[in-house]
Amino acid sequence: MPTHPGPESVLGGESSAIVIRVGTDLVCVDAVRDAFEAHGSRYLTRVYTEREVEDCRTGGTVDPERLAARFAAKEATIKLLRGGNASVPWRSIEVRRDPSGWVDLVLSGPAATLAETAGIRDLSLSVSHEGGFASAVVVAELRGDGDE
Amino acid sequence: MAMNKQMTDTIRRVLDDHARLPVDVDTLADDSDLYQAGMTSHASVNVMLALEDAFDVEFPDRLLQRSVFESVDAISSALTELEVRVAG
Repeated sequence: MPTHPGPESVLGGESSAIVIRVGTDLVCVDAVRDAFEAHGSRYLTRVYTEREVEDCRTGGTVDPERLAARFAAKEATIKLLRGGNASVPWRSIEVRRDPSGWVDLVLSGPAATLAETAGIRDLSLSVSHEGGFASAVVVAELRGDGDE
Repeated sequence: MAMNKQMTDTIRRVLDDHARLPVDVDTLADDSDLYQAGMTSHASVNVMLALEDAFDVEFPDRLLQRSVFESVDAISSALTELEVRVAG
């Protein structure tokens, strides 16, 4: 009689179980557009890295949909890090766009410290935007000796 | 006391203009949780930048905490820590 594997088995067996965390966020593109119009470059420099802003440039301007996707990624990561009330500057979470179109996350400063404390050893990011909203999903793989 | 009232009034005006709350700011108490009232994380960025304009300050990284922007009282405390002077 066949047996159905439990969650640990599905991910590699009890002795090599993979522990993951997931963070997600949804951002209204109009809110990002309004913030950019209201605060201009100050909004960009406080929230996004120079590299992120460059990745969002298109046709001589900055695309609010791409900015919104990056903000969603930052917030999804903050949720995943479970830092409580810790200070996590948005720029310490950077979304990097690969030439092939994929996106990756690079953490620094407080965000990197929280990730290290949690035992996070790998992060995967997916972003999307449609119908006036941008979303992001972040998945983290944790070491067995993390705070999980 | 008058200075606190002036600061609170300015904070409420900023929230009204930038927090995108689904409820009237005037219906919220000074200690009401703004996130519970519908303020998103992104709206809190907008509020922070507008507060910097209104009070001529800059929030340092150490104050970029969710709790700093969670109520009128909390914002007022942070601005007081930044030694904001309200023009009288």
